[in-house]
Amino acid sequence: MEKRVVFQSPWLPYALVAPQLIITLVFFFWPATQAVYQSLLIQDAFASKVQFVWFDNFRDLFNDPHYLASFRVTAIFSALVTVIGLSLALLLAVFADRVVRGARIYKMLLVWPYAVAAAVAAVLFVFLLNPTLGIVTHLLRAIGYDWNYLLNPRQALALIVIAAVWKQISYNFLFFLAGLQSIPKSLIEAAAIDGAGPARRFWTVVFPLLSPTTFFLLVVNVVYAFFDTFAIVDAATSGGPVQATSILVFKVYQDGVQALDLSGSAAQSVILMAIVIALTVIQFRFVERKVNY
Amino acid sequence: MTNRPKRFARIAAALAFACAATAAQAATEIVWWHSMTGKLNDIVNEIADKFNKSQSDYKVTPVFKGQYDESMTAAIAAYRAGNPPQIVQVFEVGTATMMAAKGAVKPVYQLMAEQHEPWDPKAFLGAVYSYYADTSGHLISMPFNSSTQVLYINDDAFKKAGLDPANPPKTWEEMAPAMEKLKSSGAACSFTTGWQSWVQLESFSAWHNVPFGTLQNGFGGLGTRLEFNGPVQVMHINNMSNWAKKGLFTYKGRKDEPLAAFTSGECAMITTSSGSYANIKANAKFNWRVATLPYYASVKGAPQNTIIGGATLWVLNQKNKENYKGIAKFFTFLSSPEVQEKWHADTGYVPITTAAYELAKKQGLYTERPGFDIAIKELTNKPPTANSKGVRFGNFVQIRNIIDEELESVWSGQKTAKQALDEAVKRSNEQVERFQKANE
Repeated sequence: MEKRVVFQSPWLPYALVAPQLIITLVFFFWPATQAVYQSLLIQDAFASKVQFVWFDNFRDLFNDPHYLASFRVTAIFSALVTVIGLSLALLLAVFADRVVRGARIYKMLLVWPYAVAAAVAAVLFVFLLNPTLGIVTHLLRAIGYDWNYLLNPRQALALIVIAAVWKQISYNFLFFLAGLQSIPKSLIEAAAIDGAGPARRFWTVVFPLLSPTTFFLLVVNVVYAFFDTFAIVDAATSGGPVQATSILVFKVYQDGVQALDLSGSAAQSVILMAIVIALTVIQFRFVERKVNY
Repeated sequence: MTNRPKRFARIAAALAFACAATAAQAATEIVWWHSMTGKLNDIVNEIADKFNKSQSDYKVTPVFKGQYDESMTAAIAAYRAGNPPQIVQVFEVGTATMMAAKGAVKPVYQLMAEQHEPWDPKAFLGAVYSYYADTSGHLISMPFNSSTQVLYINDDAFKKAGLDPANPPKTWEEMAPAMEKLKSSGAACSFTTGWQSWVQLESFSAWHNVPFGTLQNGFGGLGTRLEFNGPVQVMHINNMSNWAKKGLFTYKGRKDEPLAAFTSGECAMITTSSGSYANIKANAKFNWRVATLPYYASVKGAPQNTIIGGATLWVLNQKNKENYKGIAKFFTFLSSPEVQEKWHADTGYVPITTAAYELAKKQGLYTERPGFDIAIKELTNKPPTANSKGVRFGNFVQIRNIIDEELESVWSGQKTAKQALDEAVKRSNEQVERFQKANE
C-alpha cells in the first residue's frame, strides 16, 4: 500500500514554497520580462526618447552577418569549455580519490581557482601568455612556436578556453569527487574480484554510476559557458582578433554596459535566453534518458 | 573591523548629501564622479581640497567611479533613477551620447552665463574647444584632461641602427627606411602603435586634413555618415599592411597594451598618447625622446593639426538650482592658469588654456623636460578646419570596435586595406543610423 503524506492546512504548502517562488519571480521572471520589453524599444542612453519599434532590433541583428558569425564562435567555445572542463575535472577527481597521503592538500589546492574572479583569471593567463611579456610565450618561442594571440584567431580562442576552463575546474572537481565518494566500494571490489582491470572498472561501473553528477555538471557548464564568461573575454581579447572570440554574451555586455545601446543589448540577451532554454530542454529530454539514478 | 569607520563615513556622507539636497545647508556639496586612477586620483583630490579651502559655501567631493565606461554608465543609471551626481567625467567617445541627451545635461556655456562667472571660453585652445562645442559654437562640457598623439623613439636603438635620434623621421616617407634600418640592426620590432583607431585613422585624417565623416566629422548633426575609406587613409593603411608583412610594423593590441612593448625595449618606435609620458619616464630603462607625429609629405596641406582624446566634465541637470552656483565657481577655479599648469606638469596631459601654456613656458617646464610641448604644438599647428575639429559620432564605442576588428583583418593578411576600410565604413554607418533613429 502506498503511503502518502498530505499537508493538513491548505495554505501551508504555498507558504513553504513562497520564498523560493518570490526569489524566482523577483530575480528571474521580472528581469526577464523587462529584457523582453526593452528589446522591443529603441531608446537613447538617458531614456529621454523611447520608441516602441516591435521587432526592429531583432531584424537588425539577424541582418548583421557579423552577429550571425558569433553564433558559430559561441558554439565552438561552449563545446570546448564544457568537454575539456568536464574531462579534466573528472580526471583530477579520479586521481584525488585514489590518493592516500596528502589527499586533503590536493583537494584544497584544486578548489582554489574557484575563488578567483573571472576577470582576474583572464588577466593571469594574459600575463603568462602575453605576446610581449609572457613567460609561456618566451618558452614557446624558445622551442620555435610563434605564439601571438593578438593576430592568430585559434590561439586567441585557445586562450579564453583555457582561462574559462581553469576558472570552472574546481567546481566540476568538487562535484565529481563527491560523486565518486558516494559510489559504494563493494561494487568496485566485486568487479575487481571478477577480474576487471582499473580502466574497465571505471568505464563499466564508476562512469555509469556517476552519470547523474555528469549530467548535472553538463547543464551547469553549458550555462556557465554561455553566460558567465564575458569578463574573461573582456579582460583577455575584447572579442578579437577580428571576431575570433566574440561570443554572444560578450556582445550583450559590450553593447549594453560599455556602449549603452540598451535595447540592442536586450534583444541579444533575449536571443541568448531562448538558446539556453532550448539547450536545457534538449538536455533534459534526450540526454537525461541515458542517466541512471 | 577596519571597515567600520569607513562605512560610517560613507553613511554619514550619504546623509549629508541627502540633507544638502533637501535644504541648502551651510556648505552645499558638489559630487564629482571621475575615472582617474593612481597618482591622477590623488591629484584630483588635491584640486578639490584646494577649492574647498579657498571658500566655505561649497564642498566638492570627488568620487572614483571606475573606468570611463563604468562611470558614464553609472551616471546615466543614476540620472534615470532620479539621483544624479552634479559633475561626471566622460571620455571623448561618449561625447555624442551626452550631447544628444538634451534635457539631461546642463551646457557649460549656459551655466557660466547664468551664474555670471567671469569666464572666457576663448581662453581654451582651439583644438580643445572645438572638440566639445555644439553646432553653433558653444562649449557644452568643461574641458579637463586632454592628450594627443605623438611619436616616441628609443634613442639607443636608433644609435645602434646608425640613425640620428636628434633628427627623428618627420614624415611617413622617412619612417619606412628608418624602420628598415632598425630591423636590420636587430630590433625585434621596429614600430608599433597604441590606440590604432584613434591614432592611425581619427587623428590621421585630421593631421592630413581629410574628412573622417560627413557633416564636419559629425559636428553638423545626427545625419552624419562615415567616410574614412578615402584614398589618403587607404594609402596609409595599405602602407602599414606592407610594413606588417615585412615585419617592420608589429601589431601589439587595440588600446594601451602596445606601450609595454616600447617601454620594455622590444619596439624601437611607437605612436601613442602624449599622456604616456609619465609612464615611459617611470619604466623605460633606455634613452628615449618625444617626436612629432609623422605625416605624408605627399599629401597637400599636411600637417594640419592633431585631435585630442581624454575627457571632459559634464554637468547633469539639477533639481536644486543652488548647486549650479557652486559648480560654476568650481569650474572658474579649475580653469585658472595656476591649476591648469600644475595639472599639466603633474599628469602629462596637455595644458588646455593658452594662459596655462604660457605659464608653463615661463616657468621653464619645457627646457626642463624636452619634448613635453610637442603635443600642444601639434594641436595648435594650424587653426582647426572642418576635418580637424574632432570626431563626433553616436555609438562610437561600437564603431571603434568595428575599426579594430577590420584593421586586425588587414594586419593578419585576411583583407586588403581597401576592403577592410570599406567594410568598416559600411558597418559603422549601420551604427550611426541606429543612433540617429534612437535620438531623433
